[in-house]
Amino acid sequence: MTAAIPEPEITSVNRPYWEGLKQGQLMFARCRQCGNTWFPARPECPGCLQDDWAWTPSAGQGRLISWVVYHIAFHPAFRDRLPYNVALVAIDEGPRLIANIAAPHDALHADMRLRLDIAHIGAFALARFAPA
Amino acid sequence: MRGEIVIAGIGNTRYGRHPDRDTVSLNVEACRHALADAAVDKDAVDAVFVKTPSSAREFMYGQKVSEALGLQPRIAGAWDQGGAANITLLTFAAMAIMAGQCEIALVCYADNPKTGSAAHFARPRGNDAAYGWFSTAAGYAMIHRNHVDQFGTAPDAFAAVAMACRRNGAANPQAQLRAPLTLDAYMASPFVVEPLRRDDCCLISDGGAAVVVMSARRAREMGVAAPVPILGFGHGQVSWDLQARSSLTRLPAVEAAAHDAFAMAGLSTRQIDVAQIYDCFTITVLATLEAYGFCAHGESGRFVRDGALEIGGALPVNTAGGLLSETGMPGMQLILEGVRQMRGTAATQVRGAKHCLVTNQGGTMHTHSSLILGA
Ligand SMILES: [Zn+2]
Repeated sequence: MTAAIPEPEITSVNRPYWEGLKQGQLMFARCRQCGNTWFPARPECPGCLQDDWAWTPSAGQGRLISWVVYHIAFHPAFRDRLPYNVALVAIDEGPRLIANIAAPHDALHADMRLRLDIAHIGAFALARFAPA
Repeated sequence: MRGEIVIAGIGNTRYGRHPDRDTVSLNVEACRHALADAAVDKDAVDAVFVKTPSSAREFMYGQKVSEALGLQPRIAGAWDQGGAANITLLTFAAMAIMAGQCEIALVCYADNPKTGSAAHFARPRGNDAAYGWFSTAAGYAMIHRNHVDQFGTAPDAFAAVAMACRRNGAANPQAQLRAPLTLDAYMASPFVVEPLRRDDCCLISDGGAAVVVMSARRAREMGVAAPVPILGFGHGQVSWDLQARSSLTRLPAVEAAAHDAFAMAGLSTRQIDVAQIYDCFTITVLATLEAYGFCAHGESGRFVRDGALEIGGALPVNTAGGLLSETGMPGMQLILEGVRQMRGTAATQVRGAKHCLVTNQGGTMHTHSSLILGA
């Protein structure tokens, strides 16, 4: 019996983000007042402190900033996935997020082009990327 | 306020494992040794500044430590800023003394993650834990990788940091890890979170350390034997997590702290004879040296070649072993070694050293505090 992946804690603020992924869309926050964009969900824009922002769909294109490969598991759910990667990805609309890359580790290189390749894991979905 | 405040005494518990000791008890022991070193009676202390333990948060922790010290100080409390907190608290003590709000302060820290809980270091990082994003090490691994990608930094450069710290730790009878490291052993060290190898990562340790702070004038009046003057200090924060930073290897928090510390001290990096650079991971040292201007951005791989960081090199660092070898304690041990170097009493004494830089930092290079000591 494999341990379950820790599920994201759904709140009234981040629910559209996680629902969006389940429906095949990666959404980021864009401020209507100052144009700031960001991940992850937060109730106020950290640029202008207003709460006047909207979820905006990403085109799902981006590039790899950096990545790491876990050789030990800090949670039992990841034990049988070792070695697995976690990456820092910049989407073309600007903001950056933590994600996984569906590619052999020796194929990863800085600035490589990526496309969204959502991973459906039981009750939720993750913003995985793959080489474009 | 250059030179107007001094560190009058230092003290620490044994480093390593302390089963059956709580962090308050370790703080009290460290304070007892620091007071004895300064030859100051504890009832003269009127301020207690404590860094919160990383492994277990406690409510009103500064008051608990004060209670155990049998003190009713004018100023007391605990501060959480990750690994930058110890120098920050030392500067708060200095500023409070300058403002006449207290006269003699204890600044102390203790934790017991080795025999207690080390879960803090393996923690899930918010909702991104669903991606497998766990641990303190992983954030530094992300920066380490980016440094290699941008600048071609070789494994030898990271090894040079670990080898210097481990050689100094081997010479320090108090160090928790007294095994020197070879380049071959470093290269054979297993990956934890690649590109971080085990030997890139600091120790996890139980223990406590403390300093006694007062004005230089008060130290003269009390006949303190070996006061070490604080010449400069500075602070900086990059509050944003990795996702929100436009660069992983540029450290504006460090640049801000460095600017203020060197301006206050009236010194340049060339006048630093020895440095205690926070070494939770080897990349932290390389990136910090660049942000302080010891070398240009991206040049640390070249700077650390040919034993530059060793005793006798261009900039001896972490002369008691640092977090990689003396104790994994987040930062207070670096202040203590800075004091010993300025007194001329270190086990690995840098001959004629007149100025010591000490850096503390926390989070994933979120927070930084800088201290320059004089002889
Ligand atoms: Zn805004």
